[in-house]
Order: sequence, then C-alpha cells, then structure tokens
Amino acid sequence: MSKPQAMVLAAPGTNRDHDVAFALELAGAEPRITLLEELLANPAVLLRDTQLLVLAGGFSYADALGAGRMWSLAVTHRLGDVLPQFVALGRPIIGICNGFQVLTRTGLLPGALGHNDSGHFQCEWVRLQAPASKSIWTAGLDPIECPIAHGEGRYVHPDVASLAANGQVALRYSGSNPNGSVDDIAGVCDETGVVLGLMPHPENHVIPRQHPRHARGTAAGLGLALFQQGVRYAQAIR
Amino acid sequence: MASGARLTIRTKEADPRAAALLADAHALGLTEVTAIDVADLVFFADELTPEHRARLEEVLVDPLLQTATWAAPSRGVETELLPGVTDPAATAVALALHTVGLPPVEVATGKHFDVQGPGGAPVDAATTAAIARRLLANQVIERWAPAPLEPSFIDTHATAEQSVDHVTVTTLDDDALQALNKERGLSMDLAELHAVVDHFRGVGREPTDVELETLAQTWSEHCAHKTFRARITLEAGPGAGREVTPLMKQLRNCTDTIDAPFVRSSFVGNAGILCYTPGVTVAVKAETHNHPSAIEPFGGSNTGVGGVIRDVMGAAHHPIAITDILCFGPTDFPADQLPEGVLHPRLIESGVVAGVADYGNKIGLPTVAGAVLYDPGYLANPLVYAGCIGVAGEGEWELPGPQPGDLVVTMGGRTGRDGLRGATFSSATMDATTGDVAGASVQIGDPITEKLLIDVMRECIGLYHAVTDCGAGGFSSAVGEMAEGVGADVDVALAPLKYPGLRPWEVWLSEAQERMVFAVAPDQWPAMLAVCARHGVEAVSLGTFTGDGVLRVRSGDLTVLELDTKFLHDGRPQRSMTAVLPTPDRSLAVAPVCADHAATLLALLAHPNIASKEHIIRRYDHEIRGATVVRPLIGEGHDGHADGVVLAQPTDSHGLAIGIGVNPWYGITDPERMAHAVVDEAIRNVVAVGADPSSVALLDNFSWGDPRRPSTLGELVAAVQGCCDAATAHRAPFVSGKDSLNNEYLGSDGARHAVPPTLVITAIAHHPNADLAITPDLKRAGDVLVLVGRTAAEFGGSHLALLASGGGAAAHSPVPAPDPAAPARYQALHRLLRTGRVRACHDLSEGGLGVALAEMCMSGNYGAHIDTLPHPDLTTALFSESTGRFVCEVGPDDLAWFLDGLGEPAVVLGNVTAGKALQLPGLFLRVEALRNAFQADAVHGGAR
Repeated sequence: MSKPQAMVLAAPGTNRDHDVAFALELAGAEPRITLLEELLANPAVLLRDTQLLVLAGGFSYADALGAGRMWSLAVTHRLGDVLPQFVALGRPIIGICNGFQVLTRTGLLPGALGHNDSGHFQCEWVRLQAPASKSIWTAGLDPIECPIAHGEGRYVHPDVASLAANGQVALRYSGSNPNGSVDDIAGVCDETGVVLGLMPHPENHVIPRQHPRHARGTAAGLGLALFQQGVRYAQAIR
Repeated sequence: MASGARLTIRTKEADPRAAALLADAHALGLTEVTAIDVADLVFFADELTPEHRARLEEVLVDPLLQTATWAAPSRGVETELLPGVTDPAATAVALALHTVGLPPVEVATGKHFDVQGPGGAPVDAATTAAIARRLLANQVIERWAPAPLEPSFIDTHATAEQSVDHVTVTTLDDDALQALNKERGLSMDLAELHAVVDHFRGVGREPTDVELETLAQTWSEHCAHKTFRARITLEAGPGAGREVTPLMKQLRNCTDTIDAPFVRSSFVGNAGILCYTPGVTVAVKAETHNHPSAIEPFGGSNTGVGGVIRDVMGAAHHPIAITDILCFGPTDFPADQLPEGVLHPRLIESGVVAGVADYGNKIGLPTVAGAVLYDPGYLANPLVYAGCIGVAGEGEWELPGPQPGDLVVTMGGRTGRDGLRGATFSSATMDATTGDVAGASVQIGDPITEKLLIDVMRECIGLYHAVTDCGAGGFSSAVGEMAEGVGADVDVALAPLKYPGLRPWEVWLSEAQERMVFAVAPDQWPAMLAVCARHGVEAVSLGTFTGDGVLRVRSGDLTVLELDTKFLHDGRPQRSMTAVLPTPDRSLAVAPVCADHAATLLALLAHPNIASKEHIIRRYDHEIRGATVVRPLIGEGHDGHADGVVLAQPTDSHGLAIGIGVNPWYGITDPERMAHAVVDEAIRNVVAVGADPSSVALLDNFSWGDPRRPSTLGELVAAVQGCCDAATAHRAPFVSGKDSLNNEYLGSDGARHAVPPTLVITAIAHHPNADLAITPDLKRAGDVLVLVGRTAAEFGGSHLALLASGGGAAAHSPVPAPDPAAPARYQALHRLLRTGRVRACHDLSEGGLGVALAEMCMSGNYGAHIDTLPHPDLTTALFSESTGRFVCEVGPDDLAWFLDGLGEPAVVLGNVTAGKALQLPGLFLRVEALRNAFQADAVHGGAR
C-alpha cells in the first residue's frame, strides 16, 4: 500500500514546515512542502492527490495585524471552497501554532487565539493530555510532551462547556497552563473530528533525543504518536 | 483630522502590553502613573464610505478578541512611526486590502495611549509629555502628539534631483580638510584625507560627493579595521620603542601556525568555514551592533541579528542557529542619575531582548547560546553581540568570484533612506546628541523577507559566481568589495525603491536591510529569476562586472562615481598608532574578607550576572529545527543554565557544540589574562558537554574604547597576546573576528566613559555523539563529585571581589592565571566523557566552586554533601575563579576508573544526596534557598 500524500502548506514566513515534514515522514506519510501561492494558483491539486493537509507553524506575513490573519484572508478569499470540500471528504487537516491561528480565523475551527497572558513570546516544554473527543488525531492518545513557541496562543471561546460536551476539546495542557488558555485548552477539533488545531509543536519531539531531559534518562510521550494516528487515519480512508 | 479615516483597535480583555508599560513607567520614576491603556491605530489617507469601513473592520478586527472604533479620541497621547521607517503592519494592511478586493488606499499605523494618574484621572500635560518622550515613543523612529495625532503618509510622488556634486579637496589645507571631514562626518584621519587628495590630484579632478562617501565607508573602522591592521609602536612602560606585529596579523599567524585540519577558510570573506565531517562545511560568524542598540534598542539588536545571518548567507551557507551576548547597565539604576541622552538600561534591555526575539523567532532559527552581563560601564554603551552558524554541502561555498560579463544582481529588500552612513556612525564616539543626529542610521528589520532569501538561496546553489550581503555601507560596500580587481558598472536608478525621491548617493549608500548582491552569469539569470518568482522575492540586475578594474556608478546617463578599485581597497594608508601596555599587579594573592560564606554564596547566586536568565532565554525559540540537543536551559525543571549547547540534526549521530567566554571584570585589571581566561572558558564550555577539544575553532569579538588613547590600545595589544597564547596552547584556531572600537560616551561634562574591555570568545567544536551529550544537573543520589583542575587564591575581577567592593572594579589579587596543564586535562576528560559513563559535568566560572555546586544541585534537584575541599582557606576553596576546572559526577563504581583516566590528581569532594541541601564544611543551605536567590531576578526584575 502506498504512503498517504501529505501536503505541508507554507505561507511566506512559515518556518516549521521542514520540521513537520520530517515528523510526517517518520509517521509513514509522504510529505511535500507546497507554497501557499502555488496552491492558490492550482487549488485542485489539494482534492486530486492529497490525503492529509498540514498548515505549518511560523510567522506568516510576520503575523502583521494579528497572528495568522493575512494567511486566513488568502484562504478565505482566494482558495474558494476546496478546504471545506477536503473536510467533507473526511480527509484529515492539522493546523499547528500559526496554522491553528489560521484555522480559527477562517472559521474551520471554533474560538480564537489571543496574546499570551504574559504579554510576550514564550518557548518552553509542556505536557499534553488528550481528553475523550471526536478528534481522529488525538482520541485515545497517551500524554505527549513537546515545546510551545508562540506569543499569541491563549485560547478563547465564549462557551467552553458546550465545546467540551460536543467532544471538540482535543488537547489540554496538563500540569501548568503556559498562556492563560481557557479551560487549559491546547487544541480543538471541528464538528467532524478530522480538523485539529493546536498551539504546541509535537513535530519537535519525534525522536527521544529531542526531549530536554534526555540526558536525565527521561523518555516521555513522543509527539510522533499524534502524527502516526493522523497518518493511519488518512491511510484508512483512501 | 483634515481628511482620511482612523480605526482604533482595542483588546477586549486587558492588553498585556499595558502591564509592562506601567512597570516601566514606575521603574523610570513616574510613580504618579496608575495605568497605561494601549490601543492600535490604523490611519487611512482617504475618506472611506460606510460599506468600505464595514469591510475593513471584517478584515482588521477579530470580534472574539477585539473592539474597534472609527471615532477620534479627545484625549490621550499617540505615536506613529516616522515616514520611511519599516512599517510591516501598514504593508500588511495594503496587502490585505488587495487580497479581499478592496481599492488601494495609503495606510499608516500607530498606537494610542491613555495615561492615568491617581483615581483613574488623566495625568497632566507635563507628565504626559514626559512619559511620551521617555517611554512611549522612541523619537529616533517614532513621533508622538496629543491625541488625535495627525498622521503623515509617505510621499509616493516625490522626485529627487538626479545630480552629482563635486567637492573641492585638492586645494584645501589641513585645517580645511579637517573641517570638511567633520562637516561631512567622514571619520577619516589626516593621513587618509591626504591619500584622497593625492589620488584626485593624480586623476586631475575633484571627487564627487558619492566618491567621498564611498571612500569614507570603505575606509571606516567598521569596514577596514584600521586599528587591527595598524602599525603599533609601544611607548613608555614595558617594551617601550618596540613595534608590535599588527593585531590582525598576529591572530592570523596564530591560526596558520596551528594549521588545524578542520579549518577550510579563516579571516577571509564573511565568515570562518570549518569541516568536521566529509561532505558538510560549517560557517561561523559573530558581529556587534552596539551603537544602533544604544539609541534604538529594538531596531539595533533586530538588525544586528539580521546582519550576522546575512554574513553566513554571504558565505554561501544555510543558517541553522543564532547566538547573542548582551551587556547592559544595571537595570535598577536610578533614573535621575542617567547621563544626558542615555536610555534607561531597563528599556535598553527590554528593547534589545525583544529585537533579538523578533528576528530570530520570525526567521525560524533557534537562538541557542549566549550570555547577559550587567555593569555600570555599559550604561551609555550597551553591547549587543550576535552570532550565526550555517551549514553547506562541501564545496558549495567555494565560488569562483565575479567574472567579466556577470550581472550585478540585488535581491531581497527594497532600498530606502534607512541607515545612511551607518558604518561611519558606528565608528564614532556617542554623545548626548547622538540619538538626534543618528536617526537615519537606525533601521527596523524585516525577518520574513530575509527568511525568503534563505529559501531562495537554498534553491540557487550553482546559479551564481559570487555572493555577499549588503551590510554597513550598502551597495557601496557590497558591490565595491565584489568588484575588487574586476570592476563593475552599475546603474542605481534600476534599484527597486521603497518610495521615490532618493538621490543617487542615497541609493548607493543606503543600509536598507535584507539585501544580498550576487554575481550571476547572464545564462543563469532566468533560472535564478524563476526561483525568486516562486518565493515572491524581488531581484533586479543593476549592471555588469566589467573586467576593467574600475568601479563605475551611474544614475541613468549621469556618472556619479568612477574609482579604481585598487585605490578604493588598497589606497588607504596604514595607520600608525602608539600603545602603552598595562602593568597589572600579579604578585599578591589575597582572598577578600568573607565573613559569612553561606550569605555570600546566596548573594553570588542573586548577582545579576550569575542569577537565572530564564526570563530572557524563554523569549527565544530554541526548539525550532528540532536539532537543539543541549538547550540553554537544562535540568529537572528546565531552569538551570547549560555550559555549552549542542546541536545535532535529528538524522545525525554527531553534532556541534557552542560555548561562549566573556569576562570584562578580568579585562579591567589584566586584559592579557582576561583574554586567556575567556578563551579557556569558551573551550571549557564545549568540553563540558562532551565535544572534542581537538576540534575547537574560535571567534573573537572585541568591544573596546577609543584605541587612539595609547593606554586603551595597550589593553587591546595585551588582550590579543592573551588570545594568541591561549589559542596556541589549546591548538584552537581563530577563524573569524570583528572589532567594535570607540564604544565611548562623551558626557556633557566633557568626561569620556569607555566600556570595560569586553572580549567575547565563541568556541565551536565537533560533538562526536550527540546521544551522549552531557549536562551539569546532578543525576543520581549516591554518586561521587570530583573537582578536576587546580585551585589557587585568584580573585582579581572575581564576582566575590565585585560583591566586596560594592560593584566597582576590584583589584584584590591577580586575575586567574592560565593553567599550562589545562589542554592535556581537557583531552583526558574528553576521553572519559565520550564513554557516556560520566553523569554530569559543569565548568567552573564566575563565583567558583560554590556557585558551580549550587547550580548542579538546583538544576538536578538533588543535594550534595561535600566533605573535602580543594584549598585550606574556605573562601578560596569556594569562590576563587581559577581557570581550567570542572566538577564531574560519576557513579561510585566508576570513581577509580575516572580518577585513573584523568592522569592528574583531582579532589573527591563528596556525594550527591537525595536530601535537598548543599552541605559544605561549616555550611548548610537548602536547595530551595539557593533557588530563591538564583531566581529572584527572574521573578522581580530585568526584562519583561
């Protein structure tokens, strides 16, 4: 069986595209990095030969006017309805960090991401726990540890109780909440469960040596597991 | 406002910027302020219809997070960027309008502030003005006004006279030449002015203004390293009358003598180049951006990082990591005692850190290694060092150079008036008016444009014959350097501009950021353009490399510069300088009086130079690229400082280690020993993490005072001697360096204040097995702690001496001497470390053994029971800063193996304990107490 084709979408200023491509490769997909302008010029490629879509992290358009705003405008106004169609076909999408910010601004995911309550960019490791949810990416996932690296990651939602009741809270910070997100929410999914957005970077913990306590003998939850789950799903629905 | 529209956007919840601003206001002594509310402004040059406004709100306002109004406020204070200063928000609004199909309109952005006093009432006009001037607006790049501010839009229809002025020099006497030098800010000395006069007498005409400026830039201290290339004669003091080998030549000779097999290129081009593994080369470079950071801290450090990354790109390598070393005045310095025209250290620190974070985080490189130092000597002259490391495939950097007929291609950012005369500015002394006159010398970076340049260059390997970055001096330096020997003919009228109205000399000398210059064969040009188009990067050919050895610059048909490149590059007369060597007292070895060792240890841990830098380090992304194996923060709670950092691609078993050495307090007393000690420290840092001491390459970065003062130059001569001695002893070659001189402030009282002699050494080394990288945190109760190296009473410039003298320079006893046994020790230790059997290793530096043990306990969250000390005097044992030492943790069963492998005596100090306390003879300190001291600054002060 051939590997699922994964498109890693990169806007100008996206900078974790290579990191997530490496994670997808380890997870069994065949990733290719596609520039946003190339996709806008030929949106059909997404539906034709892509089984899994990643909106990678970074500072698209320098995060001017708010993180992810410019990228989301391009998606909303220039990409037509290929993203909703992609979702309707049941194919998995993951937006990481800046990609998560884009997905909330386009309305594919609920809520919004405000400035961290510290007021500035933070880089630190967090522990993530996956509650029971609709997310095909995280349901049943063991806790993972990976870094955050963002300034605008405070998750905001007007009705988190309903969100949780509806099975859309896909990941929570466990132990400490780094940015003031409501209900410790680190990631959410859409109504169907195929679209996941999260602020942390599981793509930066795909081999044990990347863990900051590796020298202490710690071998805690690889972020790779999350990608493996998404890739398996993409493989199964083909 | 007269016409146009303005949108004010507020966050619904408390804006986190408000709390930070309030804390800054209080730190500046503006204690009557109780709140500062902040909002963002977008100005539109045209009136807008209600429909247009509604659509703009949809684009610019997030209803879950923000509210917005089109009404103009009646109170408060507002700021905007000066026209021409990089404004990414305005650019983004313009792009957003285009994306959603709205008609174009000119845009400017700004901020609105409401400053409240007691009871929430607005503060009076005088306080508002004070806070606007000192906190809200940096008038180097911004202006402020009581709300509503009338915005200024850049004139998009400006025209400039395309003319050239000839400047009479050939008939001037010395006084008139000096006057011209000062009037035009050329920063030349008389011998250089004479060389210019002689050249143009020979040519038979007067120079153009463009030629004069180009010569001034090319011959500036910043670009030409006049002092490091000068003929130096010692006068008075030791060795009087002796001529010293030029400093740069000493460093090069030292590298040549060591003849290390892993050095591919040293002291040539933009960066040093190393090769540790077949098929891959590593480029390393560190730079300073001191003067710009003093007057506009964010933009200064921001463009410093951008510039050093371009140095690595200019060496045809792909950047993989950033380093930064920052020196500030004390952040609690009384605001009312600051020298005139000097920004408060607290604002400098927060601005510099934000600038480094902004550039590094956005360009997508991990900021991994660094140091932060505080000393009153940096009040008026903060120092900002930024370094970059890059990789390339073997041979990719070995380019043939510009060939006759090649195109002169500029790629990346557009050219504006940014940073005119930066090279000459950075070579001059600062005074109270520097911020006023140097405004145009400071720029804000655009990391996304540079990120795209990196992406383009990765796909353009093999498509160009030469590349260099546009740094100080702009096209003048970049094209001027590339044209050396071959010649070039360029038309500056072809350069893409940020806005119209630039005169030819402004285009030629602009230091607009994010530009690279390439030499491209005409038949490769279409392929290169195609790559640029794919990434949305602008590239334009300005002309050709000619082959006639003449640099010709035109604006259309008007020739503005015609210089023989041989004169431009070799015509500068060698500077002759005199130096007086320092005579440090190295005889007396007396420990400072220390009444309470426990209290002293806590005081050392709380000292800003030793205390936790977590509040700064966490602002930098050190995780991106997934290759950071040993991070700057390590240990059980990720809150201890690493010695060196280790980088290794996830797919590689081996990697690189980076270490930093710096100690200006040694430099004040004994510059030669300082240099030796900081080279040793940088090497110790990489050895401690397990890197191979046979593979160390070094970068030197000197920040010094005015070298025309013989005593200051003497300190530099002594420091270079120390560098060469240490490099030779460790067989660790220097591969690149940079000097930033004239870091002085001329006070309004006429007194000159120079920075302490600050030499930053960066060590890069090969790490044979990144899986076995070692960190200093204690790992297991019951393990044995061993002190490696010799301990003597050496307190000159030590932090114990700093504490004892209340922060001033301290001359208690000699600055730590070089240990001749150190190189062999590092080799022996490395053989032990690479087995993976040594559980922790920490190098001893500021604060000595006491601080090192405390750090190991805190980061490991273990205690230690120490029963044997390396010296009978407790003060010396705990706080001496003798060089060449490490503490290692080994399992009890490995102790004999470890001691045997060292091949020299070592001190078995005691054991790691599960009980969380550090016990020493006569001392008992809970780890929690150590941590409270170490982390106090991280919680209460310093950068936000």
